[in-house]
Amino acid sequence: MSSHRTNPVYLDHAATTPMRPEAIAAMTEELARLGNPSSLHAAGRRARRVVEESREQLAEVFGTRPSEVVFTSGGTEADNLAVKGLYWARRDGSRRRVLTTSVEHHAVLDSVRWLEEAQGAEAVWLVVGDDGAVRPDALRAAIAQAPDQVAVVSVMWANNEVGTVQPVSELAAVAHEYGVPFHTDAVQAAAQLPVDFAASGADALTVTGHKLGGPVGIGALILARGVTPVPVLHGGGQERDIRSGTLDTPAIRAFAVAAAVCGKHRADEAERVAALRDDLVRQVLAAVPDAVLNGPPPGPDRLPGNAHFSFPGCEGDALLMLLDANGIACSTGSACTAGVAEPSHVLLAMGADESRARGSLRFSLGHTSTQQDVDALGLVIREVVDRARRAAAR
Amino acid sequence: MSGLRVLAAMSGGVDSATAAARAVDAGHEVTGVHLALSSNPSSYRTGARGCCTLEDARDARRAADVIGIPFYVWDMAERFHRDVVEDFVAEYAVGRTPNPCLRCNEKIKFAAVLDRALALGFDAVCTGHYARICDGVLRRAVDPGKDQSYVLAVLTSDQLSHAMFPLGDTPKAQVRAEAARRGLAVADKPDSHDVCFIADGDTKGFLARHLGPAPGQIVDTSGAVIGEHEGAYAFTVGQRRGLRVGTPADDGRPRYVLDIEPVTRTVTVGPAEGLEITEITADRPVWTGGRPPLDPRDCLVQLRAHGDVHACTAWLEADALRIRLRRPARGVAKGQAAVLYDGDTVLGSATIGATFAGASVVNAAASAAEVPLP
Repeated sequence: MSSHRTNPVYLDHAATTPMRPEAIAAMTEELARLGNPSSLHAAGRRARRVVEESREQLAEVFGTRPSEVVFTSGGTEADNLAVKGLYWARRDGSRRRVLTTSVEHHAVLDSVRWLEEAQGAEAVWLVVGDDGAVRPDALRAAIAQAPDQVAVVSVMWANNEVGTVQPVSELAAVAHEYGVPFHTDAVQAAAQLPVDFAASGADALTVTGHKLGGPVGIGALILARGVTPVPVLHGGGQERDIRSGTLDTPAIRAFAVAAAVCGKHRADEAERVAALRDDLVRQVLAAVPDAVLNGPPPGPDRLPGNAHFSFPGCEGDALLMLLDANGIACSTGSACTAGVAEPSHVLLAMGADESRARGSLRFSLGHTSTQQDVDALGLVIREVVDRARRAAAR
Repeated sequence: MSGLRVLAAMSGGVDSATAAARAVDAGHEVTGVHLALSSNPSSYRTGARGCCTLEDARDARRAADVIGIPFYVWDMAERFHRDVVEDFVAEYAVGRTPNPCLRCNEKIKFAAVLDRALALGFDAVCTGHYARICDGVLRRAVDPGKDQSYVLAVLTSDQLSHAMFPLGDTPKAQVRAEAARRGLAVADKPDSHDVCFIADGDTKGFLARHLGPAPGQIVDTSGAVIGEHEGAYAFTVGQRRGLRVGTPADDGRPRYVLDIEPVTRTVTVGPAEGLEITEITADRPVWTGGRPPLDPRDCLVQLRAHGDVHACTAWLEADALRIRLRRPARGVAKGQAAVLYDGDTVLGSATIGATFAGASVVNAAASAAEVPLP
């Protein structure tokens, strides 16, 4: 174990990615300015103008109309608003089914569980393949059981742990065959894939600022016209009465600036990051031949920046600690209770056993990733895995 | 000794935080680890303070931040449950009185955690225990009120060679003052006293939940039945309160638990003299302070945590440690450790398996009672 903490290697962009300098500059400038966008005076009007211009910028990046962008505090709130709000809006007699997958982010997963436990919903968990993908036929079969009883369908655009890209527009089309609203969590997809709301056919779509170089604490739920969830937060009636709360002008502006920069370079960046990721996978598998790449093979069905491995005979938290001591940041990609790693629900849903799920690590690349980052990992991964294996064998 | 890679076990309390800070000052490369010992940690402390609440994990993390060391949480819940909690319940079920802190040191902190630490490239595990290690030998802490050598005496020389107790030379009051000076928010956090996995402090209720009702009889020394109980595990040798025996003793003197017989679930009570024992047989001895005493050796013995020390003669017989006390001792419970000292140096430790009152056997299993006195 050595400790090269001086030159950190950041391979955890899926957790959060560095803010873009343009976003930092915009936010810093805006923080020094006054005005509540809901106020009627000059200061309020100035702030309102910033918010609306930002809304227009975001709409352009994500292929939607400005009026369809509802600002939230981030991805978790947007997911809660979509899942709970659409369930409440459509709940009617026997219409109580919520269809989702068992590989969703906890913001969706636990919202659905709560609706089931506390709100009389019936959760239907769509089966995923060993690559984490949902087949449109599986969704069709699940809806067709009782089309009138389905309140909402929610399937993430790209998986945060193993990077699986779902066939979102096909799934949305299936839901629409039966007139059921379709929500997708595009938090991970937004920075690296051409997320186009109109083209996807989704009725509701979650994005967040800090995964694409904006600040933490700002996100949006994009809602098609006529799709009106029951609010989760009640108050001043901001955001079409769907999401009350004073709008965070500096964060909204920085979010929009980051999204615009991200959108401008997205295609080239995706290609660059995918090449780095492919090399990372190659180096890791060369150093540790029995490591298993979880999720779909690198290609169009996988997020460009995602690599996720199981290292047989290792515990993920030991790997993480040893890499951290080497100045390399990554993630076990799992939920935490008091900081204790639980086996990943995503891997378990994909058919992995508990020991494989526990011995896994996610490396995620982003806009600041370099070849040096990948090489630094390639240099130490063998020794780290060997050591973690000895520790687990005790 | 400096420049070691040290894993500091941080409970979230003032002692382990200060110990970790001292290890950093000594020039070691320190990493903090909080051991999650419960798979369902409660969010907030309730009643008696436990050491595995989310709040404790947070306190440990904040201390690590202030000290400036990396910090992780290790999930030891499964091992802890198996090796400490289940052992605790099983020991009570057979009429013994275990010490779970001792067992945690033996099986978790200086076994599972130490093994993992060594495999991961660490050289030592550092804790906030009050004890000293001098030339590889365990000694009492300078603060007699806080000394924890009793619950560490079970460690082997090999385990001790990878252990670090930076607080052994300092009185507790000074440690608190030092923690405050260092800006550690836990400086005035109260000490933990109770069994950490029994959050409400109700050991009897905890055992009742795990062992269920196991009614039996309460008898006096003549064998006459004088009462009934819901479970022998609710009693410990030397206990006076809570016997709920209706009729007073003939002589009107207080009665104590003298013996617990797990098979028939019979609890024997009697006068204080009945608690007096002079001979002990103890099992599974561990020798930290040199060679085992094959010949009888005069030394001191401590028979429970924070208990008195007794002058004794001890010797090894087959695999068991035999101890003869100079003067009778009272309230010696099977399952507790008998720790031998030479002055303040630990010689060894063994688990009390049987006790004897001179020639007449008061408190021993039938087989043990036949062991001849030398």
